[in-house]
Amino acid sequence: MKAAVVVFPGTNCEHDVMWALDVAGSEGELVWHRETDLSEFDGIVLPGGFAHGDYLRTGAIARFSPVMAEVRRFAEAGKPVLGICNGFQILCEAHLLPGALHENRDLNFICRPIHVRVESTNTVLTRAAEPGQVLQIPLNSYEGNYTVAEVDAMDAQVAARYCDADGTVSDATNPNGSVGSIAAIANSAGNVAGIMPHPERAVEEVLGSTDGLVMVRSFVESMEPAHV
Amino acid sequence: MKVTVTVRRRPEISDPQGTTVARALRDLGYDEVRKVRVDKEIRLEVEGDDAAAIEARVTEMCEKLLANPVMDDYEVRVEA
Repeated sequence: MKAAVVVFPGTNCEHDVMWALDVAGSEGELVWHRETDLSEFDGIVLPGGFAHGDYLRTGAIARFSPVMAEVRRFAEAGKPVLGICNGFQILCEAHLLPGALHENRDLNFICRPIHVRVESTNTVLTRAAEPGQVLQIPLNSYEGNYTVAEVDAMDAQVAARYCDADGTVSDATNPNGSVGSIAAIANSAGNVAGIMPHPERAVEEVLGSTDGLVMVRSFVESMEPAHV
Repeated sequence: MKVTVTVRRRPEISDPQGTTVARALRDLGYDEVRKVRVDKEIRLEVEGDDAAAIEARVTEMCEKLLANPVMDDYEVRVEA
């Protein structure tokens, strides 16, 4: 099983993702955004960074990169697609995930460990986790404020919400103003998921937390033939 | 022809930049400022002289790229 880790001009978390896939016992390969054939891969990760400089809006230009036709094909075929941080923004702009991400409520660039609570486990991001499981992973973004119309209708697709260390979700534990404290969401089939904080940066003790590993493992498991 | 596109966050979507600018203005003593929204203006020069056709094309550009229909409204003005 091998994941395509897409690199746009301005992507900067691709090696973190490669490392995390390795730690999870899988394999990734860096793929330039102009690539048009990803048929040799079993899943696609859009890593964090500032694709195309985040010009106009985050993800707005990346959405039209040539590789996105393959991302769409994977999404429609039920194959696993995961967007982390900037990758989440790109998937929203591409309408492969509902909603949009804009500036944090307090206009701060937030860079610190936060807690998220796993909600639906019917996603490529959370399949190996337990509902209600609390994970400490780093958040690292300015446009992390998730918005979506009719948030209640999205409930079953929410993969994780911001919370405190005990798993309590409240306004006080919402770092960026995201509607419904949503930190991660999937499409209705669960094979396309986006997350704002960085599970791939919390996969070894030396990084301060191994809590993100269960999310990376979820994605790796999703690439297994039984799940596709 | 010259075309001006104004992209605005929809009223129900928060505008943290506008809120911060409003606060800064009040801090400077402009207590009368009740609300600020920061919009984006995009100016284009487009080939052709059929204003209606140009407006239709630029509207398409807004739907595709210049605005995000999930959170933005936009206005297209073709200059005479």
